[in-house]
Amino acid sequence: MADNLPAAAHRFATVKPVSIAILAMGGQGGGVLADWIVAVAEAKGWVAQSTSVPGVAQRTGATIYYIEAVPGMEGVHPTLSLMPTPGDVDIVIAAELMEAGRSVLRGIVTPNQTTLITSTHRSYAVSEKEKPGDGIADPNLVISATDFAAKRTIAFDMEKIAAKNGSVISASLFGAFAASGALPFERADYESIIRAGGKGIEPSLKAFGAAFEQVLAKPKEDPKAGPEKNLPPLPATAGHPALDGLVQRIRTGFPENLHPMIYAGVRRLTDFQDPAYADEYLTRLGELHARDRAEGGAAHGFAFSLEAAKYLAVAMAYDDVIRVADLKVRGSRFDRVRKEVGVKSDQLLYTTEFMHPRMEEVCGTLPRGLGLWIENNKGLYGTLDRFVNRGRRVKTGTIFWFLGLYMVSGLRRIRRGTLRHQREMDFTREWLEKASALLPVNYALATEVLKCRRLVKGYSGTHVRGTSKFDRVLSSIPLLRDREDGADWMRRLRQAALIDEDGIALDGALKTVASL
Amino acid sequence: MAERSFAREVEDLKLGEGEIFRGEGILAITKALLQSGVSYVGGYQGSPISHLMDVLADAKDVMEDLGVHFETSASEAAAAAMLSASVMYPVRGAVTWKSTAGTNVASDALSNLSSGGVTGGALIIIGEDYGEGSSIMQERSHAYAMKSQMWLLDPRPNLPSIVKAVEDGFELSEASNTPVMLQVRIRACHVHGQFVAKDNRRPAFTLKEAMENPVRDVNRIVLPPASFIQEKDKLERRWPAAIEFIKARKLNEFFGPDEGDVGIILLGGLYNSVLRGLQQLGLADVYGNSAIPLYVMNVAYPMIDDEVLEFCRGKKAVLMVEEGAPDYIEQSLHTLLRRRDIQTHVSGKDVLPMGGEYTAPVLLKGFTSFLERWATPLLGNRPPVPDPSPVLSDDRVKALATVVPPRPAGFCTGCPERPIFAAMKLVEKELGHHHVSADIGCHLFSILPPFNIGSTTMGYGLGPASASAFNVKADKRAISVMGDGGFWHNGLSTSVGNAVFNKQDGVMLIVDNFYSAATGGQDILSSRATNPRRKTNNSIVNAVKGIGATWVRQIDRTYDVAKMRDTLREALTTKEPGPKIIVASSECMLNKQRRIKPQFNADVKAGKRMVKERFGVDEDVCTGDHACIRLSGCPSLSVKPTDDPLKDDPVAAIDNSCVGCGNCGEVSEAAVLCPSFYRADVIMNPTGWDKFLAGVRQKVIGWLQRRRENRRVLFAAEGA
Repeated sequence: MADNLPAAAHRFATVKPVSIAILAMGGQGGGVLADWIVAVAEAKGWVAQSTSVPGVAQRTGATIYYIEAVPGMEGVHPTLSLMPTPGDVDIVIAAELMEAGRSVLRGIVTPNQTTLITSTHRSYAVSEKEKPGDGIADPNLVISATDFAAKRTIAFDMEKIAAKNGSVISASLFGAFAASGALPFERADYESIIRAGGKGIEPSLKAFGAAFEQVLAKPKEDPKAGPEKNLPPLPATAGHPALDGLVQRIRTGFPENLHPMIYAGVRRLTDFQDPAYADEYLTRLGELHARDRAEGGAAHGFAFSLEAAKYLAVAMAYDDVIRVADLKVRGSRFDRVRKEVGVKSDQLLYTTEFMHPRMEEVCGTLPRGLGLWIENNKGLYGTLDRFVNRGRRVKTGTIFWFLGLYMVSGLRRIRRGTLRHQREMDFTREWLEKASALLPVNYALATEVLKCRRLVKGYSGTHVRGTSKFDRVLSSIPLLRDREDGADWMRRLRQAALIDEDGIALDGALKTVASL
Repeated sequence: MAERSFAREVEDLKLGEGEIFRGEGILAITKALLQSGVSYVGGYQGSPISHLMDVLADAKDVMEDLGVHFETSASEAAAAAMLSASVMYPVRGAVTWKSTAGTNVASDALSNLSSGGVTGGALIIIGEDYGEGSSIMQERSHAYAMKSQMWLLDPRPNLPSIVKAVEDGFELSEASNTPVMLQVRIRACHVHGQFVAKDNRRPAFTLKEAMENPVRDVNRIVLPPASFIQEKDKLERRWPAAIEFIKARKLNEFFGPDEGDVGIILLGGLYNSVLRGLQQLGLADVYGNSAIPLYVMNVAYPMIDDEVLEFCRGKKAVLMVEEGAPDYIEQSLHTLLRRRDIQTHVSGKDVLPMGGEYTAPVLLKGFTSFLERWATPLLGNRPPVPDPSPVLSDDRVKALATVVPPRPAGFCTGCPERPIFAAMKLVEKELGHHHVSADIGCHLFSILPPFNIGSTTMGYGLGPASASAFNVKADKRAISVMGDGGFWHNGLSTSVGNAVFNKQDGVMLIVDNFYSAATGGQDILSSRATNPRRKTNNSIVNAVKGIGATWVRQIDRTYDVAKMRDTLREALTTKEPGPKIIVASSECMLNKQRRIKPQFNADVKAGKRMVKERFGVDEDVCTGDHACIRLSGCPSLSVKPTDDPLKDDPVAAIDNSCVGCGNCGEVSEAAVLCPSFYRADVIMNPTGWDKFLAGVRQKVIGWLQRRRENRRVLFAAEGA
C-alpha cells in the first residue's frame, strides 16, 4: 500500500474550496445572505454549495449557515462539505456581536486563516435581559478574543447601516463581505445579484453600498458598552437665582471631584420637587460629607460622599404616583414618544398608559394622618380598594385623562406632607445612619452600604421584593463591620441580590457570609 | 397557508428534460417524485422535511395536471397507512415525515405494510433529524428498516444522488414488493445544489382506475395464516429480490483504488464528511479522488454480502463509518465475516464515537487511529491538520465562554403563547409550583427562560396523557399543555379521551394558534382560515365536548392575561371532577403578520384611515428591575444602558419590531408591575374629524403643559 501512496497522491488536485460560515439569529436573513453568496459565485462560474440547520432555531434562536465555493472545472464535480471544520474556515460572518463570540468559541475563527466580518450591535439574549440588575455581557471580552483569534476583523454596526438605509442586516453584511475581497469578484457582480432579487432592491443596494464603503474607509469600530453617563460640569450660571444659589452651594461646599454627581442630584431633585427640596438634599449631603471628612475621607477621595451624592438623590427622588403622573404629562415626553415611535407629521399619535393603582398608592399620596387612618381602618381600606384596585388604561392624549394625570402631578405641592414621603424619609434616615455609623470602623463597608440603595427599585410587588433584598443584605452588617474584607463581601451580596428575582443566589451568599 | 410561499419553487417543479434544477435538497426530492410518476403523496410536516409538504401544497395545479393526489395527513400514522393504496395496485406512492419521531408514530402501519408487501412502489422519505439543529431525541431510524425488513436508502448528500435514490427507490420497491425508506439528513435536506431535470411523468396506472376496479388478496392481509406466509415470503423471496436489484443496478458505489491494505465502508449520507476528513489527512482531494478504497453504502439496509466480501477480500482491515448508536451495520459486518471465516479486521465504533454527529474533525481523529494501527505509511509525513485548540485554550477565548449567552429558540415577537405562560407564572406566584407536563410544539419553549415551566415531554399530543398518573387526591393538580397541532395529531383521543374516560383530575391547557405553527404554519382542522382545498374551522371546544369533557373554557384572546390567569386559577381550584380543559386561542403572530401586513400597507397606501399600534417604555419611569422581561422574553422587549447617572441598571426598551400584541401592557397591569409601558396608537390617514379632535386636544393640553413649564423653576435640559 505504501507503494501506492505517491501514485495516488500525485493525482490529487490541490484546489481547496473557499469556506464561509454565517452565524445569525432566526429572522436575521442569514438564509438570504447565504443564497446571495451562492448566487454570485454561481454567476461567476464557480460551484457553490450552501446548507444550514435552521430547525426550530428559526424561532429567534442562533443558527449557522455554511457555504463552500470553488472555481468550476469542466468534467469534474467537487465534493463539498456540509459543515465547517473548526480551524479551517476562511470567512466567518456574524450578524451580531455575541454571535461573533460564539464563532470563536466554536473554533471556526483562527489567526492564520479567518477573516471575521461582524456587526457590532447587540441583540441581548434572554439570560442577559431577565436579570434584576445589569446582566449585559461585556463586549470588550468579545473584542479582545476576536482580535486575537481572527486573521483580519471587519467590525462595525451593520444593523445601524441597514436601518439607516431602510433595509435589513443581510444587505449590509453582504456589502461588507463583498468589500472584504474574500471572493475575487467585482462590486458590480454582487450588486447584480441583489438586483435580480424580488423586493426591496433599492434599500438593499443602499445598505450594501454603505457597508461596502465603510469597509474601505474604516473597517473596524469598537462597540460601546453603552452611552456615557450624562454628567455635565457645574455651569457658571443656571439662569434663576434659586438655581444659582444651589450651584453656588455645590461649588463652595464640596470638593471638585464630587461636583458633577452632586449637580446631577440637584437637577433631579429640582425636577422631582423644587429648588428648596434640592437645597434640603445639599444640607443632608453636607452633613454626610462633614462626617466623611472627619473620618479621613480625603484619603479615600471622598468615596463615601460621592456615593451619598448619588444614592441620596435616588432615595429622595423616589418613584411615587405624583412622579409618574408628572413624567407622563410633560410636553417633552409627548415629543420624545413621537420621535421614538417614528410618527410622521401627517399622522396622529395617542398613547395609552397601563396603570394599576391600588389603595396603597392612594393612601401614600394622602396627607400623612389621613392616609394612616384609612390604612388602619381595615374595613374602609378594603372597601375603597375594591373601587381603586384594577388596571386602568389611561389615554393621556385625551383631555379627560390628561386632566386626571395633570391633577395628580399637581399634588407635588403637598408631597412633602404625604404618608409616602414620611415613609421614604424614615427609610432613608435609617439607611444613612447605618452607613454613617460604620464610617469610623470600616470606611469601605460604609460606602458599600450606601450603594445597596440600588436594590430598592420598582413599584408595588417589585418594590417590596427589592426592599426585602435590601434589608437582607444590610442584615449582614454586624458580621462584616470588623472584617477588612467586609466591603468586598457586601459588594458580593449586592451582586448576588441582583442575579435572580427570588433571591436564591442571595440566600446562598448570606449563608456563606454567616459561615465566615 | 404556510409560513413561507413556495410560488417560485413551484415553477421549478415544472422543469423539463435537460433543464437545470437549482435549489434545496428537499425540493429536489419533490421534483424527483413527479419525475418518477408518483400517484399520491402524503406526510406530516416537521423539520427538516416541511418544505416538501409546503411546496406540494402550493403546487396544486402542477399536481392536478399530472393527476397526483396530495394530502396533508393527520399524522405520520395516517400517512403510512395511506401507502396501503400500493398494496394491491400498481400505483406509486410516497410519504414523508421527520424521523425518528414520525417513524415512531407510523410504525404500526409500516409493520403491517411491510408484512403484506406492496405491488406499486412505496417510498417513505424520512428527514433524519439527527445531530446539530435537531429538535428531537437522538436515535437511528435504521432499526425500523431492520425490524420490519424494509429497505433503507441513505444516498450521498448531493442533489443528483438524492434524486437518483428516489427513482431507484420506487423501482427497488416494486422489484422486491417491499416498501423502501429513503433517509435524508438535516443538512442534506437544506443543501443547495443542482441537477439535470427530466420531464414529469403521469402515473401509468391511476388511483381512479384502482378504485373502479378493486382487487383483493387475502394473503396480503396480516392475519394468520397469511402472516406466517408473509414472513416466509419476506425472507425467501423479497429479500433476495432486493439484493439482486441493488447489485444489478449498482446502487452502492466503490471509489478510490481497486486494491489496498485497508478500506473504508461508509453510509452514503456521510460521504462528504468522510471525504473531507481524508482530504485533511492528504488522502483525498476535493474532486473525490481517494488514496483509500471506499465502499459507499447508498443502501444502508439490507447489506449486500457479496459486495462487502469482495471489498474486504485481501484487506487487512476495514473501517465501518455509520453515525449514531447502536452500531447495527458494524455488528452485521462482524457476523458476516465470522460466518464466512474471513479474517479482515473490522474497526468502527472502537475508533469513532458511539454517538454524536460525524463531523470532519471527528472522522479525521477516527481515521488517524485506524490508520496508525493498520496502515501507518498512508499517513505519510503527517501534514498539519486543522486545529483550533491553540485558539480555544487561550485565556482570552476562555474568558469569552463566560459571557457569550446561550441563545435557544424562543417565542417570536408578539407570540400569543407568551401571555399564556405569563399568566401561568402569575398563578404560580399565588398557588405555588405545579407539575407541568409539556408537549411538542412552539409552546415547549416555555421550558426555557424566562418562563421555566414544564417538566416532561413525552411526544406529540401526549402532554395530558403524560400527566395521567397524577390522578390521585392531592392539594395541587397537575397541569398539562398541548398545542392544537398535537391535539389533532392524536391528542383528542390519546390525551383528552383518556382523561375523560379515566376522570383525570387535572388541568389541560390546549394552545390553539390556528396553525401547526412550529412546523411552518400549515393549516390543521381548527385553522380559522378558509382553505378551499381543506375543511378548516372545526372547533376544538366542540371536539372535546363531543368526546365527553364537561369543564371546558374557551379564551378567545390569549393576550387577556388577567382572564387567562383567573381561568387557570379557577381550573386549579374548582371542585368539579374530571379534566378541566382550557382552550386558549389566538393566531400565531408570525403567520398573522404575514397575512395582515401587506393588506395593512396597501390600505395605508390607498389612503384609508388605519391605526398602527406598538408599545413603548418611558425610560424615566422604568427602574431597571426587568420583572416585565421575566414575564415576557419577547425579542422586541429588551434592555438598554441609560445615560442617567443616577441609574445603575439598564432600563427596559421596546424596539421597532414590536407588533403591538399588547402582552407588555396586559402583563404589567395584571401583575401590578409598573406604569412605564405605554401603547402608542398611530393614526395613519386621519379623517377630518380626527384632525379636528386632535387640534382641540392639543390646544388644551399644550396650554396646560406650557402653563406648568412656565411656573416651574428647572435647570435647562442638558444632553438628556
